[in-house]
Amino acid sequence: MVIDGNPNAGSITETFSLEYLRMYYGKLFPYTDMFQWMSYGNDGKHPGCDLSFFGRREFSFTLDNDIYLRFQSFSNLAEMENSIKEKCPFKIDIGPVYSVDPAKRHAYSQGGNSVFAPVERELVFDIDITDYDDVRYCCSGADVCLNCWPLMTAAIKVMDVSLRDDFGFNHILWVYSGRRGIHCWVCDGRARRLTNEQRTAVANYFHVYKGGENSLKKISFTGAALHPFLTRSYTDVLRVIFEEKLLCSQDLFASEERYQKILELIPDETLVTELHEKWSGNKRSTTLNNDRWDHLKHTLQSGKQKVQGLRRCVEEIVFSYTYPRLDMEVSKSMNHLLKAPFCVHPKTGRVCIPIDPNNCDDFDPTSVPSLSELLEELNAAGLKAEFENVSEIEKTSLGKSIKFFRSSFLHPLLKSCKEELERSHNAKLQQSKNSLNW
Amino acid sequence: MEILRSHRKSIGKVDAVVPNLLLYRTAPVLEVRLDEFEIYAIDRLKVLKGISDALSRGKKPEEMEKLVDDLWRMHMRQHASQNTNKDIISHFVLRLVYCRSEELRKWFLSMETTLFRYRFRLESPDSQRILMDEFNLPYKALTHAEHESVKDKLSQVSRSIGSSTNFDSIFFKVHFEEVPELVANRKVFMLQGFAYVAMHQATALVVTQFRSLLSKSLVLTYRKWTSTIREQEKDRLTPIVEALSTDYLGPNYSQPKDNIHITLKDIDHLANTSFPLCMRHLFYKLREDHHLKHGGRMQFGLFLKGVGLSLDDALAFWRDEFSKKVGLDRFEKEYAYGIRHNFGKEGKRIDYTPFSCQRIISSVPSVGNHNGCPYRHFSDENLRAALGKMGVGGRSLDDVMDKVKNHHYQLACTLTFEAIHSSSCDTGINHPNQFFVESQKILQSKNQTAS
Ligand code: SF4
Ligand SMILES: [Zn+2]
Repeated sequence: MVIDGNPNAGSITETFSLEYLRMYYGKLFPYTDMFQWMSYGNDGKHPGCDLSFFGRREFSFTLDNDIYLRFQSFSNLAEMENSIKEKCPFKIDIGPVYSVDPAKRHAYSQGGNSVFAPVERELVFDIDITDYDDVRYCCSGADVCLNCWPLMTAAIKVMDVSLRDDFGFNHILWVYSGRRGIHCWVCDGRARRLTNEQRTAVANYFHVYKGGENSLKKISFTGAALHPFLTRSYTDVLRVIFEEKLLCSQDLFASEERYQKILELIPDETLVTELHEKWSGNKRSTTLNNDRWDHLKHTLQSGKQKVQGLRRCVEEIVFSYTYPRLDMEVSKSMNHLLKAPFCVHPKTGRVCIPIDPNNCDDFDPTSVPSLSELLEELNAAGLKAEFENVSEIEKTSLGKSIKFFRSSFLHPLLKSCKEELERSHNAKLQQSKNSLNW
Repeated sequence: MEILRSHRKSIGKVDAVVPNLLLYRTAPVLEVRLDEFEIYAIDRLKVLKGISDALSRGKKPEEMEKLVDDLWRMHMRQHASQNTNKDIISHFVLRLVYCRSEELRKWFLSMETTLFRYRFRLESPDSQRILMDEFNLPYKALTHAEHESVKDKLSQVSRSIGSSTNFDSIFFKVHFEEVPELVANRKVFMLQGFAYVAMHQATALVVTQFRSLLSKSLVLTYRKWTSTIREQEKDRLTPIVEALSTDYLGPNYSQPKDNIHITLKDIDHLANTSFPLCMRHLFYKLREDHHLKHGGRMQFGLFLKGVGLSLDDALAFWRDEFSKKVGLDRFEKEYAYGIRHNFGKEGKRIDYTPFSCQRIISSVPSVGNHNGCPYRHFSDENLRAALGKMGVGGRSLDDVMDKVKNHHYQLACTLTFEAIHSSSCDTGINHPNQFFVESQKILQSKNQTAS
């Protein structure tokens, strides 16, 4: 098969164009999977199903010419599919499930008492590499490379474990945002029903880094111990990533300018001067970063440094350089929109594919399938007989992502939705026996 | 709850239930005498009103703790044997009384929650734990085994927030959603969706829980009240319930205090020194117009009776004014009866009691009537002017107006009292006659020290 409508049929040259996007939506976008996910089991035959559920979800589209369409809603799979194919949005955002169909919200708000309010929404997190510019030297802004990507890996590892072990969530989807960061969707029923206050609480639980250009010291641990979550994050993830990856990949101690920034985190003048003097004679060595880090640790943790402020200084440095920096606002309220997985980023042409948190070390943002590659693969596959009984998506490198999405996220999620549906349905039947009591 | 008309039958076994504090999850299965029903409710109401006064005066938590304890002892614990019953019964009666409007519910909810908070704090750790366990709150105290398995983590959290470890040997498992604040500040250990809450952190949770349960029950009670109870009980409970929410709980001022008797010639002077604003206003209006409409005559006439004006003096007083406007004849024919009536000398011969602040404040004076409470019923401007005439100005005036703005009329009156007497009034003003009595006490003691 050769892609029609392309002036250079057969040879895909650009990274992104409306034409490509149209083909992507036409042949590859996983509508059914998205629909099943967003239905949370309510698209079945069970008497407990809420058939209006999917239709009360807000989608919003950003179109070609920056036209922004909010409060789109679809009563079924076909409606969603047709609308996306027709409008060909550069970006699809997903909002909350509202009390009523968001497209008809005005009809409901008449008469003063508005019943239009969000009732459910995944707990979401958004982490952007742009927020780490003060601790990475390889790239800046929206660029990422394999040297700084471990910062994102650290975030996934720290948060994924905590969301599962501390908060007890099971249905968690990590997604590459297509360019400069990662998104996290926590989809357990309990997570979806959190109030804004509770969401804020979860976000704050993860919030350690206190930004602010003017405060040199952005992290400070004052208690006699660290909270178990922080200890675990430190020993299992942050220290490892700091010492094994970032220390060398970012050359954190290689120049005076760089190690000076670290020394500024030490609140003891004498020690800082001591270290600074030792390092100022420029020694060329392949183990420079490691040597200096060891040296620093040794100085701070040696027996005589029992001073209050220094006790946690090594941890504070590691946290400052590695701990996840969340965009807090995204997580705090149900209303916040977040880009849907499997969108294509218009700047990079890369697809927002899921990331496997158990193998996130292997994730390479620079080799994420891009629109042009996918279309080439489709073209190529079209010529081969062996692909006859395979869906379009599975003919491409996106196939692996979709398989992972289904097996590790969607299917377990739908199974537990079904169980929950059953449970709450039975509970409702039971409840009718309730007696009133003053 | 069964209500008996007169004598008490056996009371079920209720004593073995809990520590001193109840969560009132279910209505009691006891039988209650109708008079107890009312007396218990009034006693509890005194506690709640005391709390309400203290709160609006901005008392600190430590002061509140003592105050609640004192109030409770004074009104609810006269007889050791009936503690628990009295507690349950009075609570459920007041639920009926205070379920009947949004405003009443809000007040009751807030006072009962405050009462509960301080009573809970006064319980021993052991009984606090029993309370939390037995009332099926969504928190479970950790078993020994559970505690052992996370002991290190718990102590790590304790050290991380700077609280001593052995102080809190009791921990509870709570869905983390219940304690957002503790989660947000990492003040709890988290495991599999549960926050492990130390006893000292739990008080706030229990109170929240108590409040939300009571709030829901009040709405249910209201439904039950409108759908059945009000009609079924229209000859027994309903009148009691309806009266209770506006009842004045202070001392009875229908008889003057023995040491104070006033005569006709004192009135002008007393009005100036010791009448509360509501009565001053009626007095000067009467002097100005030589007339007061019915509402004003009742409010002012009964006040004067309570102050210690005899029937003869009262008749002379009203006759003097009214005859200037309507003539002597009409006064004798149309008005003298009402005055004798107030003194119980006509009609049903009931000795009428002077109105309490609450009654006056909740009255709705119609046009041309001067009754009511100026703090509530005057415009801002008129009130300022009236207070100015009493000699209240500057900071005091602002304070008074501030209370008015927040609908604390009696407090505004109390502050006025304090300003013009330069002396504090700890009980607060609940009754115009109390205003008068307290004022006289202060003035007399000042006279004595002066001479
Ligand atoms: S608060 Fe009471 S005494 Fe004071 S003016 Fe109002 S009604 Fe009169
Ligand atoms: Zn980089």
